[in-house]
Amino acid sequence: MAFKGKVLICQGTSGVSGGAHIVSEALKQKLHESGLSDRYEIKRVGDRGLFRDVLIDIISPNGYRWTYERVSVEDVDEIVESHLIRGEPVKRLLAGDDYRMFFEGQLRWVLKNCGEIDPEDIEDYISVGGYEALRKALHEMTPEDVINEIAASGLRGRGGAGFPTGVKWRICRGYEAPTRYVICNADEGDPGAFMDRSVLEGDPHSVIEGLIIAGYAIGASKGFIYCRAEYPLAIRRLKIALQQARDKGFIGKDILGSGFSFDIVLKEGAGAFVCGEETALIASIEGRRGMPRARPPFPAEKGLWGMPTVINNVETLANVPRIIVNGAGWFSSVGTDGSKGTKVFALAGKVKNTGLVEVPMGVTLRQLVFGPGGGMARKGYAFKAVQIGGPSGGCLPEELLDTPIDYESLTQAGAIMGSGGLIVLDEGTCMVDVAKFFLSFTVAESCGKCIPCRVGLVRLYEVLDRITKGEGVEGDIEFLELLGSAIRETALCGLGKTAPNPVLTTVRYFRGEYEAHIKDRRCPAGVCVPLLRFEVDEGKCIKCGRCARVCPVGAIAWERGSFPIIDRSKCIKCRACIIECPEHAIN
Amino acid sequence: MSQMELIEEKMEERVDRILSCFSGRREELIVILQRIQDEFGYLPEFALIRVAKFLGVPEAHVYGVASFYAQFRFKPMGKNVITVCRGTACHVRGSPMVIEEVKNRLGIEEGDTTPDLRWTLETVACIGMCALAPCVIVNGKVHGKVTPRRIAEIIKAVEGVEKK
Repeated sequence: MAFKGKVLICQGTSGVSGGAHIVSEALKQKLHESGLSDRYEIKRVGDRGLFRDVLIDIISPNGYRWTYERVSVEDVDEIVESHLIRGEPVKRLLAGDDYRMFFEGQLRWVLKNCGEIDPEDIEDYISVGGYEALRKALHEMTPEDVINEIAASGLRGRGGAGFPTGVKWRICRGYEAPTRYVICNADEGDPGAFMDRSVLEGDPHSVIEGLIIAGYAIGASKGFIYCRAEYPLAIRRLKIALQQARDKGFIGKDILGSGFSFDIVLKEGAGAFVCGEETALIASIEGRRGMPRARPPFPAEKGLWGMPTVINNVETLANVPRIIVNGAGWFSSVGTDGSKGTKVFALAGKVKNTGLVEVPMGVTLRQLVFGPGGGMARKGYAFKAVQIGGPSGGCLPEELLDTPIDYESLTQAGAIMGSGGLIVLDEGTCMVDVAKFFLSFTVAESCGKCIPCRVGLVRLYEVLDRITKGEGVEGDIEFLELLGSAIRETALCGLGKTAPNPVLTTVRYFRGEYEAHIKDRRCPAGVCVPLLRFEVDEGKCIKCGRCARVCPVGAIAWERGSFPIIDRSKCIKCRACIIECPEHAIN
Repeated sequence: MSQMELIEEKMEERVDRILSCFSGRREELIVILQRIQDEFGYLPEFALIRVAKFLGVPEAHVYGVASFYAQFRFKPMGKNVITVCRGTACHVRGSPMVIEEVKNRLGIEEGDTTPDLRWTLETVACIGMCALAPCVIVNGKVHGKVTPRRIAEIIKAVEGVEKK
């Protein structure tokens, strides 16, 4: 029998929004019309991480592979006729240097299957070694062996705090109780983070397998996956995957004849950021308001319904099967002293290539931003800062770009590893505005239980708001520092304790920008509208006239060879001209 | 029986049908609320009272939980829903301007519905589509790299289809 060729079509949330379904249908029809249906199989895969609208891979029957990016329905005929029939790849659509650059320098362990296998077909996962780890754990290892292996690997929690996973499991198993529970935290709430979503959409079985192994290790009877409702596709694929795993006997009674029984329940979140905090998450599964409680006792001792409970993040669990199969030594051979393995980052913002990047721990931020990231997105706008760790993290300036990515180094710099959101900011971003943005988020998401968070964050926000309106006063910066530190020391849970980080790091590294707002009533980045004069700096202006063309209300008069003139009575302060200007000549 | 009472009674039947799938344990509260909202598009007051009875908890407890989570709403939604993402990447790439444009065009604030029940404007903290920022979801479809001009076109397109 001849080998079939394959056409892989990335169909995660972003592929679908780019029209992957339509392209897939068109391809199917075209293959059928051309009589190629027997020779090529169309395969749905998850997103690979680089967002290029519709991404298609053609794998010929003898194993050669071509990648096409930004494919639209109109291109389908040409691809089939030229490439599949005449054997001439369509050059203009082949993935270019950016694509190569993005994947070079990555080490894809967690994302290995994303964009390669069909997430809705368990057989596909099994064909690449899926559920081998479960078999090995259940048949060849005791629960203690599993815990020892994970502990020896040095795997730490990928949800942000970085607690050693093996240690957490051991502590939980150490508590005598009628039953124990294990929860997969898929409540990826950080704005700017989408690693977990892509893994759940592209390779849900690896997370499920990790969860079952965790259940076996700690002696749990039941597992939960708590996924946020904002991820409908991830939830759908999880449901399919759970059903398939159940049908195959990987979940249920007496799994693989080992005597170990384990069930998994999928819980949909209801839209509360604080539920990413473990005690709040537990409250939510119990059907209550998702409010955190003081720890100790930690969930490992008293968790869900008072039973010892382990809570692990999606990426953490996705690492587990790989460690069991390849061994702790394999895992710990990559990374730094304290941080082993790889970390997936969601690279976004004003960088050329945005998407998911997985790199070994210890790689520097610079390598990440200017390697896979491909550098800055807009000409003329230089790098300014990288925001890492979401609303709990911080903004690190250019001087710190050579900071290695590991738990300790980032904490020392004032940021945190966090769940892996990494947003690149350029000169057109105002740091006070960014700090205010994060504060507005945490203010809205604060559950209101403890005073430092409920009241303190609002006070911080008020001061930031004043500064961005040009009403800042002497002493504001010092007040931000004082109050921020106090909240960090006294808030009840992780949300409150880390919420001041965006403010404290921007004050620490971009103090001059705060001072410009307060003392000079000026926003150097041209973002804070009340501080903008909408004046043309004739020293910088190159008289290109782009501002006049982009103005939606015709407030800018310009003639070839002369400086533009802005009519303030017409101007609606929309900032379109400021954003359009290639020379930052309007402020 | 008046027309209004008839509708009300039908709605109560729909709530009871949902409740019949559950066993009445307190931990089921959030899932029950999610199913009711799937059915009606919002949480009607009488439904919350029924849920409280069903689970044997005070009405205040049900309302407390429902009002805690951003997903739940107590008013009906518009026929068309625009959800603008205000995640970090979307923010720095211009989602505030997109929100402004929608507000101006529809004359409503965030979380509101137009009086004719045609449009609801929502914002969401992050939908994890940061690579395509700024993102807007219109009636379930995700649009990436949206500008104020683009969102205006999308709204017009939806209204155009409705008129036909």
